[in-house]
Amino acid sequence: MTITFAIIAFVTITATVAAMSLRNLVHCALASAVAFGGLAAAYLQLDAQFVGFAQILVYVGAIAILIVFAVLLTRGGEPTEEALFSRTWLAGTAIAVVVFGVLAWTIRNSFVSQRETTPVPDATVKEIGDVLMNKYVLPLEVIGLLLTAALIGAVIIALKEERK
Amino acid sequence: MTPLIGYLLLSAFLFAIGLAGALTRRNAIIVLIGIELMLNAANLNFIAFWRFSEHPEALTGIMFVIFAIGVAAAEAAVGLALIIAIYRHYKTTNLDEVDSLKG
Repeated sequence: MTITFAIIAFVTITATVAAMSLRNLVHCALASAVAFGGLAAAYLQLDAQFVGFAQILVYVGAIAILIVFAVLLTRGGEPTEEALFSRTWLAGTAIAVVVFGVLAWTIRNSFVSQRETTPVPDATVKEIGDVLMNKYVLPLEVIGLLLTAALIGAVIIALKEERK
Repeated sequence: MTPLIGYLLLSAFLFAIGLAGALTRRNAIIVLIGIELMLNAANLNFIAFWRFSEHPEALTGIMFVIFAIGVAAAEAAVGLALIIAIYRHYKTTNLDEVDSLKG
């Protein structure tokens, strides 16, 4: 439990709570970008450099921008007077609290809580590329196909409907 | 408290906040952000378990997270396209008002 972890956890949790509770949608999108950045810092802290930078590239660079564009296209940036939370907010909050309670109780009581710090693993980009090109080459191709299909599908869904 | 427990608790808390947002907010875009946060919490678990595992040289956790980030990118693109299509049809992104399946 270091001071670095405390700072990262504080920033990430604050940004997450802000992203889920602010009224202005643009503020929510920016807070979620900060939360994704905090998670990238956590990955770097856990010696997973490649995943940390991939997280910044994909989430802060692409998904946060995509969310801001969706907010602009749906005119969500305009302030609304109506209620923020749905009619079933009490049940939803209760479910989330119960889920966190069960997870925290399980983590505190599991045998991994005795596991101490292990030596720093060595995960260079060279090794990751080696594994991706040999052992995981089929999943890599499948994920490329999935991304292509998803992007074409997204364009088709968002195209303007033809009036018949 | 060992470092692993700290990261697992952080991840569980992020998952719970994302779940609360996805279940309670009325705006579809915020619901999608909540789902992304839940996916990220799962990724943090993978990286934490990889870092404190006994055989980190297998790189299993890293590979799982890389593929999960790819799937999450595809999911975000399709989800936001669906939200734009819904907005064009109903003129709202309020999920409480989008309650009919008939076109």
